[in-house]
Amino acid sequence: MQQPFEQFVRALRAADVQVSVAEVLDATEVIAAVGYDDRQLLKDALALSVAKSVEEKERFDTAFDLFYARTEFKGEFDAWQSPDDLAPDEQEPAEDCEPGGGEGGDADGGASGDGSAGEAGSTEAGSTEASLAEMILAGDSQALAAAMEAAATEVGAGNIKVFTQRNYLARQMLDQMGLRDLEKMISAIDRDPEAPADGKLEALKQGRVQLFNEAREYMERQFELYARTAGEQFREEYLERTVLSNIPPRDFAIMGRVVRRMAKKLASKYVRRHRRARRGHLDVRRTLRRNMAHDGVPFETVWKYQTIQKPSVVAICDVSGSVASTARFLLLFLYSLNEVLAKLDSFAFSSHLEKISAELEDHSVEEAIPVILQKIGFRSTDYGQMLRDFRDNHLASIDRRTTVIILGDGRTNGADPEQQIMKQIYERARRVIWLNPEPLSSWGTGDSEMPAYQPYCHVAKTCNTVKQLERIIDDLMRSSVRA
Amino acid sequence: MSTSKDIHLASVEKIISGLGTVSYVASRQIATAILIAQNLDKPILVEGSAGVGKTELALSTAALLDLPLIRMQCYEGLDESKALYEWKYGKQLLYTQVLKDKIGDVMQGAVGLRDSMTQLHQFSDVFFSEDFLEPRPLLKALQYDEGCVLLIDEIDKSDEEFEAFLLEILSAFQVTIPEIGTIKAKTPPIVFLTSNNTRDLGDALKRRCLHLFIPLPEANLEEQIVAARVPDIEARLRRKLVSFVQQLRGLDLKKLPSISETIDWARVLVLLHAEDLEPDLVRETLNVLLKFEEDIRNTDKQIPEMLRQAEKVAEHGHLAATI
Repeated sequence: MQQPFEQFVRALRAADVQVSVAEVLDATEVIAAVGYDDRQLLKDALALSVAKSVEEKERFDTAFDLFYARTEFKGEFDAWQSPDDLAPDEQEPAEDCEPGGGEGGDADGGASGDGSAGEAGSTEAGSTEASLAEMILAGDSQALAAAMEAAATEVGAGNIKVFTQRNYLARQMLDQMGLRDLEKMISAIDRDPEAPADGKLEALKQGRVQLFNEAREYMERQFELYARTAGEQFREEYLERTVLSNIPPRDFAIMGRVVRRMAKKLASKYVRRHRRARRGHLDVRRTLRRNMAHDGVPFETVWKYQTIQKPSVVAICDVSGSVASTARFLLLFLYSLNEVLAKLDSFAFSSHLEKISAELEDHSVEEAIPVILQKIGFRSTDYGQMLRDFRDNHLASIDRRTTVIILGDGRTNGADPEQQIMKQIYERARRVIWLNPEPLSSWGTGDSEMPAYQPYCHVAKTCNTVKQLERIIDDLMRSSVRA
Repeated sequence: MSTSKDIHLASVEKIISGLGTVSYVASRQIATAILIAQNLDKPILVEGSAGVGKTELALSTAALLDLPLIRMQCYEGLDESKALYEWKYGKQLLYTQVLKDKIGDVMQGAVGLRDSMTQLHQFSDVFFSEDFLEPRPLLKALQYDEGCVLLIDEIDKSDEEFEAFLLEILSAFQVTIPEIGTIKAKTPPIVFLTSNNTRDLGDALKRRCLHLFIPLPEANLEEQIVAARVPDIEARLRRKLVSFVQQLRGLDLKKLPSISETIDWARVLVLLHAEDLEPDLVRETLNVLLKFEEDIRNTDKQIPEMLRQAEKVAEHGHLAATI
């Protein structure tokens, strides 16, 4: 009883459902309370005790259905059995013939050879291999399923890691079930010219094919159960570390997920942090003043509240042609940041600066990014123009609480970099952070004006993977809360 | 009382029918949650969007079992003194002021500092006894001998510290008051925590709870719910209305209407003596279902089409019923 449940827990963990030891204990109690009889009840009850969020519930559902589809194998074997049921229809005489052949074996040499091969098999290595042929002939799907289950445990089917392993493992599993002897038997009958044409050979061959399919499907299910999510996780982790401009378009969807998860992580982290900073202390001065009337006996207490400073951020994102490959992600990132921060002013530019806060606010991420890119993206860059626009329209909004983040490569097509405006921003803002997708070594090469801007940034860093982005924003949030 | 609990909560079917008697139409998942919670003495954390009946579930359970319901609404800044207990500070102070004059009597015969101290020690616990303890919801919930239903509403609105502080109560059904000692519930209360998921709850809390997610209901279930809550409404209109709401949920809206809105709308229609869903009537009452001006505007054009669809469903359902 216990073992399949442990396996199920393993499958759950593989499906990225966090199951703690305590929850396993709870689940065991739950099973004791509801029993295995009512499948739906069991599912509902287990879902209550191990899957603790909406996403986990979904994953739990899939894993549960997959896992128990495996034990419910019989259902599929019934389907397998039916062609076999058909076969016995033709072979009903053949099946009768088999014992008949055995009896006749005393007289008929060929048939007796066949019979003795079977007997030799059974004496050689116990019941399993003998029964493989028998099970096929008898259409005993339950026994086959059980044998397959046992063989699967033997070859460690649950350890499957990649999809291509499935054929190899399926073959191993069948070997474990005694496939070799089945093959021997088939070839023996095949070679034997005197073998009765009773369809037994065909039945065995057909059974073998069925068995192969069944085993392969079994391994596929194992893969779904134990390895698929792990593979996806691996892929996501890999993407987090990949340079943004190298990410192929087909992975955009996954990237969206990765970035959004990062934003959510940051958000929940800092929502809490705000609150932690908000503990009340007794305001002694005001308490005493309030209680003058009571002769200074402090009947009424007054509490002090620490007001916390929410980070106010101005983000400027380059979406010009030179950063075309990363602009998407930078915008995606801005979008996520917008969900995290209470006060974020976002701008994007190729040459002229445009405020995009409204777009980020009103549209879903899938809509917002194309809209912005279409409106202002992929033209030639002019940082000088951008800075002039910023000075004319938005400089006043920057004060000593503001953090300015600039996302861009600093390549300005030879136009005037206007670094004196950067200096003004630098002097007014609390912090200026420049995140450049290019590696440090190419700053200052060609039309890159990074060396001109760098003195006016508190931080100038290369940032071209999601991981780096996350770390930088984490630092940013932490420092702004401490203030 | 525990016997009534045992009877009402014996099986999933019993729970469903029992909650039905107090006009709460429960799905199998919900009933299973209560069954397991009862068996394992565990709190249930109920999640789901606003208005799917999370709070209602606790109220109905209390009604079903005829137990008192203690409700604690969480909010930012909620702390132990508001949730668990508080010393009646004013009363303590007042007493010390009034008793100032008595101090002479108490001290009578005491010679020297040490003697006075010993005298004082005999009275030291007077001010920190249950007389000066103001029990708040959580402590109250532990004090009912027959047990009760404790509803901790919108736990996601409270601070993280508060969550941590709940852990002792939720796992052992006891609280420790330093000055008095540990108070343990004679009968563990049935605890519901609800969350709208405005923030992720801590793992420690989740681990100690059963997690129940109530989704927006299927048409069938929703119809049953409306029937239970607004019995006056005519069957055909009900089917149409539910179908309409279900279609609304398929649209891209800021805030999808949930069960409570459906019920409200049904009530409004009954009040207006509506016989059928006319486009104009729907337009006039749509603000019951949709809470954003923008949503109402965006839906407006699609109303006739959705009504036609609803009509079809109602017809079809009707036909099916007669056959």
